[in-house]
Amino acid sequence: MVKFDVRNLSVRFGAFNALKGITIRVNANEILAIIGPSNSGKTTFLRTLNRMNELERAAIMSGTVELDGTPINAISAEALRKRVGMVFALPLPLPLSIFDNAAYGIRMHGGKSKQAVREAVEKALKQAYIWDEVKDRLGESAFKLSGGQQQRLCIARTLAVEPEVILFDEPCSGLDPISTAAIEEAMLKLKSVYTIVLVTNNVKQAARVGDRTAFFLMGDMVEIDKTDKIFTAPSDKRTGDYIMGKFG
Amino acid sequence: MRKIKEFIIEKLILLCGVASIIFVVLILLFLLNEGLSLFKDIGPYEFVSGKKWYPISEPPQLGILPLICGSLLVTLGAAIISIPIGVACAVYIAEVAPSWIKDILKAGIELLAAIPSVVLGFIGMVTLSPLIKSVFNLPTGLTALSGSIMLAFMAMPTIVSIAEDALYAVPKSYKEGAFALGATHWQTIWRVILPAASPGILAAVMLGIGRVIGETMAVMMITGNAAKIPDGFLQPVRTLTATIAAEMGEAVVGSEHYFALFAIGLILFIISFIINLTADLFLHRKERR
Amino acid sequence: MKNSKTTQKIAFFFLLLATLLIILPVGLIVVIIVVKGLPAISWSFIFDMPKDGMRAGGIWPAIVGTICLVAGAVLFALLIGVMAAIYLSEYARDNLLTRIIKLAIVNLSGVPSVIFGLFGLSLFVVFLKFGSSIIAGSLTLGIMVLPIIIAASRVALESVPHSFREVSLSLGASKWQTIRHIVLPNAIPGIMTGTILEIGRAAGETAPILFTVAAFYLPHLPGSIFDQAMALPYHLYVISTQVPNVDEKIRYGTALVLLILVLFVNLVAIIVRSKFRKKKKW
Repeated sequence: MVKFDVRNLSVRFGAFNALKGITIRVNANEILAIIGPSNSGKTTFLRTLNRMNELERAAIMSGTVELDGTPINAISAEALRKRVGMVFALPLPLPLSIFDNAAYGIRMHGGKSKQAVREAVEKALKQAYIWDEVKDRLGESAFKLSGGQQQRLCIARTLAVEPEVILFDEPCSGLDPISTAAIEEAMLKLKSVYTIVLVTNNVKQAARVGDRTAFFLMGDMVEIDKTDKIFTAPSDKRTGDYIMGKFG
Repeated sequence: MRKIKEFIIEKLILLCGVASIIFVVLILLFLLNEGLSLFKDIGPYEFVSGKKWYPISEPPQLGILPLICGSLLVTLGAAIISIPIGVACAVYIAEVAPSWIKDILKAGIELLAAIPSVVLGFIGMVTLSPLIKSVFNLPTGLTALSGSIMLAFMAMPTIVSIAEDALYAVPKSYKEGAFALGATHWQTIWRVILPAASPGILAAVMLGIGRVIGETMAVMMITGNAAKIPDGFLQPVRTLTATIAAEMGEAVVGSEHYFALFAIGLILFIISFIINLTADLFLHRKERR
Repeated sequence: MKNSKTTQKIAFFFLLLATLLIILPVGLIVVIIVVKGLPAISWSFIFDMPKDGMRAGGIWPAIVGTICLVAGAVLFALLIGVMAAIYLSEYARDNLLTRIIKLAIVNLSGVPSVIFGLFGLSLFVVFLKFGSSIIAGSLTLGIMVLPIIIAASRVALESVPHSFREVSLSLGASKWQTIRHIVLPNAIPGIMTGTILEIGRAAGETAPILFTVAAFYLPHLPGSIFDQAMALPYHLYVISTQVPNVDEKIRYGTALVLLILVLFVNLVAIIVRSKFRKKKKW
């Protein structure tokens, strides 16, 4: 089943062409990994899917992006972002307590009793493998957590609003190997329920968790295929060179 | 429901956003409305060049030349005193003073900025004007000179803090470049830093002078308020602002005198408008480029 | 080389001299007011009504009047000022309207205070028929402090990291929710500092209240916001220039009370600022 259907997507920031006519389908309940050197348009692609690019005033977009067959521009930005959650490159807790961080999205969407919020927060924290570490200190400031804990809290915060798709933007870029492993484990568990798009600078991470992998280069998508295929027999020489570390 | 609430809030925010424009326009409109009523009775030229200000005689004589001269004289005096001292102080704080002294000096400047003008006026009355009276052997110490000194003092915080910001904004590399060529610290300040900071210093001076022209209470208390064209700094003068403040309470609403005071207000408003606009252009010259 | 060193010494000496010419009088002024005003300060001086045409008694109605005026002014300016700052930092695009707003703010901040008095007189007292009253004075003072409150609030709002806004929006919060729950709470310390500083300035201003509220001599407390009131700075002006034969002690005492009031407010602002700086979480 197709979750996101992206056709001929181009994004321009002023004179800079960030994406040059990308066509991709994201299937439901898969992890699609996107790799490529910096400035190849990976993050721009991700931020198009939940309309975060619109916050940049100079951004101009063309092409179509459909979620479950509906163009994303036909959905309000708030409703779209509730369905398509995002985890940022750096751990970005809000200046609130641990509990309030996890509950933030639910509260903003409203309509849930205190008890329901509490249950949703607990569930999300468990899904992000952080419940045991924070269950006794939910009232403390989120800034007191370590970087890896903060990032898992951010994942829990995204999960708590029960999205359909989660966009990960280099979620482990500043983290130690143990935290990275915990987050990857969470991703693999989550894909039974969610669709995941993972942008990563770490080629090995794509190999570990991606069902399919796309290779982006300077605003173009060079190729997309099963992760095994990309890593063993890429059809484009540049993909192979990048994976081997010859550039990037 | 939430959408409607947010729509209303966002419209309210926009309204408050343009409130400043509304207030400036309202101020101008009210000044124009009341001020221009005067010119049904006397010509603008007559008003500005008239040498006699006897607003309560019958018929009233409304010539504001003495007041303009008073304002100019006091402002000129204040500028002569405050510009060199203020800029020198800014240079000292920004470039010369060790950091612990810097903090004390800055606190002192902030303290000066915080003292209400009526308190400074009072202090000027009881300390400065007797001093001037005895030093120059005058019949009264309430003179243009006393006003200039007091006003110079009140312009200092503005001049020092804005000039200091301008000095800090000079890129460090300029200074290092000059040092590398063997210049002394003072040569660097004089030849490199001051010229580079000059637009900001100019803005500081203009805003300081703007403050002086608009200042009311202290001048009213200390300049003697004689509405005649002065010959020098050692005579009592009356400024535009002091005239409004001193006479508006007694002027009958709707009388010529009332309108004349608004016309003076209009002139002051236009002067301050020009000064602030120009200073802002200097301050933001770099950003526009 | 030796010559230029000497030049530098002379130049630095003059710079120091200029600085002392500003700083020493400031200290002197404060010392004079404190030394000469302190003997006047007593319980009854502060809490009694003035008597004998202000030549005796206390200054209580002037203190109360000033507090009422400033409270009204700051409330009014805060309400509009914070919203205006939100508009400028969160909504405004780089267009002509924004430029005109900024221009208006710059201009408003430079308008002489006595002009605000004229404006308040013609709009609130005469046109809207409030008469000479606390509300007219408060609104006039409020408009006067508005530009600084906008500027301080804007700096505070813009110092909240952009990433917080992105996170909140990415979770599906609306723009207003983001402002209300994330941006504003984190900007409050900065807004408070700016506002408290303006309380000090508003408390010391005289010219805007001359014709909009100030009562020359009113030995009782105001009953409503449509009453006239005495005000501390105006009272000082009156007893030092308009009323002959006032005991010097009373003048100095009044000046001291006004000065303490203003400096106390400034001190509070400084404490608030440093306290929140320490607590800052990012």
